[in-house]
Amino acid sequence: MLNLTPNLPDPDGFYEELIRAHTDLSKEQSDAFNARLILTLANHIGDRAILTAALEAAK
Amino acid sequence: MVATRYKTAFQLYPYAKVAAQDSAAVRHPVVIVGGGPIGLALALDLGLKGTPALVLDDHDGAGLGSKAICFAKRTLDIANRLGASQPMVDKGVVWNVGKVFHADDKVFDFNLQPEAGHRNPAFINLQQPYFEKYLVDAINTAQAKGAPIEIRGQNCVTALENHGNYSTLTVHTPDGPYQLEADYLIACDGARSPLRDMMGLSFDGRVFEDNFLIADVHMKADFPTERWFWFEPPFKGAGQSALLHKQPDDIWRIDFQLGWDIDREKELDPARIRARVDAMLSSQAGHVPEYELEWTSIYTFQCRRMQKFRHGNVIFAGDSAHQVSPFGARGANSGVQDTDNLAWKLDLVLKGVADDSLLDSYASEREHGADENILNSSRATDFMTPKSDVSKTFRNAVLELAGKHAFARPMVNSGRLSVPCSYIGFDLFGEDALQGPDTARPGMTCPDAPHGEGFILDHLGGGFTLLAIGCEATEVAAHGLNVSTVNVATPSPELRSRYLGDTPSAVYLIRPDQHVVARWAGFDSGAVSNALKIAIGKA
Repeated sequence: MLNLTPNLPDPDGFYEELIRAHTDLSKEQSDAFNARLILTLANHIGDRAILTAALEAAK
Repeated sequence: MVATRYKTAFQLYPYAKVAAQDSAAVRHPVVIVGGGPIGLALALDLGLKGTPALVLDDHDGAGLGSKAICFAKRTLDIANRLGASQPMVDKGVVWNVGKVFHADDKVFDFNLQPEAGHRNPAFINLQQPYFEKYLVDAINTAQAKGAPIEIRGQNCVTALENHGNYSTLTVHTPDGPYQLEADYLIACDGARSPLRDMMGLSFDGRVFEDNFLIADVHMKADFPTERWFWFEPPFKGAGQSALLHKQPDDIWRIDFQLGWDIDREKELDPARIRARVDAMLSSQAGHVPEYELEWTSIYTFQCRRMQKFRHGNVIFAGDSAHQVSPFGARGANSGVQDTDNLAWKLDLVLKGVADDSLLDSYASEREHGADENILNSSRATDFMTPKSDVSKTFRNAVLELAGKHAFARPMVNSGRLSVPCSYIGFDLFGEDALQGPDTARPGMTCPDAPHGEGFILDHLGGGFTLLAIGCEATEVAAHGLNVSTVNVATPSPELRSRYLGDTPSAVYLIRPDQHVVARWAGFDSGAVSNALKIAIGKA
């Protein structure tokens, strides 16, 4: 089951780190970074059904 | 002559000539410059402990305008310890419901249902002049009972000569200048601190290139007592964000984020402000309710702090030492925590119980507090005003997701409300020898809980206190201190869960500012004595 309730400790700290990771990147570089990040996280999740549900939830 | 820089809402301490103006410079143990919330709270705290405090203010009362409007629970708990909180809570507006909008859509509501078993609410909205007035009322009450506090209105400090272990001040008054001396000089003179300038000290940090228009409007209309915050508001000319918030006396605070390149004069034109306010209010009410503009202002802000809050016998507290963006109510609230931290240390140093070096811990603890506030307020500002395209993409993604899924709501940041600062890991805290709850670890503020007819915080602080629950402690006298004892045989359920957890008994040593020094499963006077030594910096 895809967890859609708050599950992330320190959301403000994570958000800041995420935005900081994009510092000085061009639009193209940012898009590529986001793609790599999604693929990395998808591998960690490792559950096809959850990934399908996440693709739906993000629409 | 003393220049009038602003109008006052209440005249609280009119100028009166004192004999010292015609004599040689008189030495005072503590001189506080600035009669705002910080200077007043510090003077009251010191005076209640019997340490003389002289406040010099270049005006004669509370400045007009609502300025700070949100006072957090920790501030109210401190004010309660000082005997000043009841009128604040009686007058203040308590709110729990907030709504977050993004353009035309409501993203989500939240209801900050307060946790039961606390004397004070999580926060109240109250105009700053009332906060100051109630502090002065409490000072007058304390003075009548003999507290050595003096406030001199229209006393403007124009020169400072620092001799290392004392300072000489030149003070201008309507009757001309005079001089006085201070063993300790406390600068509570605001973000533009003249004393900081006189000492040539820097105030560094990050400038946020943005302008905010504040309009306080008087409106009798039946609007709900809620906090409404818009990202990218749909109404015309509102800018990047907007906020609507209720204060006492049917006053509503409205904030519009205007951006950087603006014509200030044009934006302050009442007709233009009214057009914005009309658009905002009618977007919800369907029509423009009747209202009057009470007070308007445009402000910019910075997040910055002094590198060191202590410079020999000159100590900085409140906005003079640190400045944050207004989102999260961390300005006046953190300044009041500065005074909570400083008052007992100054008192013990002046009474010869602690060494002067104890005051260094004021600086390190409150510099840490300022960093925490600057971090939180910078994050809120960056969320509200994304600084890059990708940052805006993520921000709007969070808002869209938050409308559908609860998981994204904790990331929506329109200001994180001030919570009490914790000093876990700092030098003045002792052992944690209790398998107790995380809510009351050494370094943290004591949580409130019902006790007897009132609340436990009513019995803690002022001096050092031992709180013994489910066991007995006896009074301890050590290192020049007398520690009072609160023995609780039958704790309330909240007291049990916040202080005992699963353990049957506990002894807490508590500082005068209600921070936990150390805790144990039972009473051992030797252990208490050792912890006391640590707490006053003599270990």
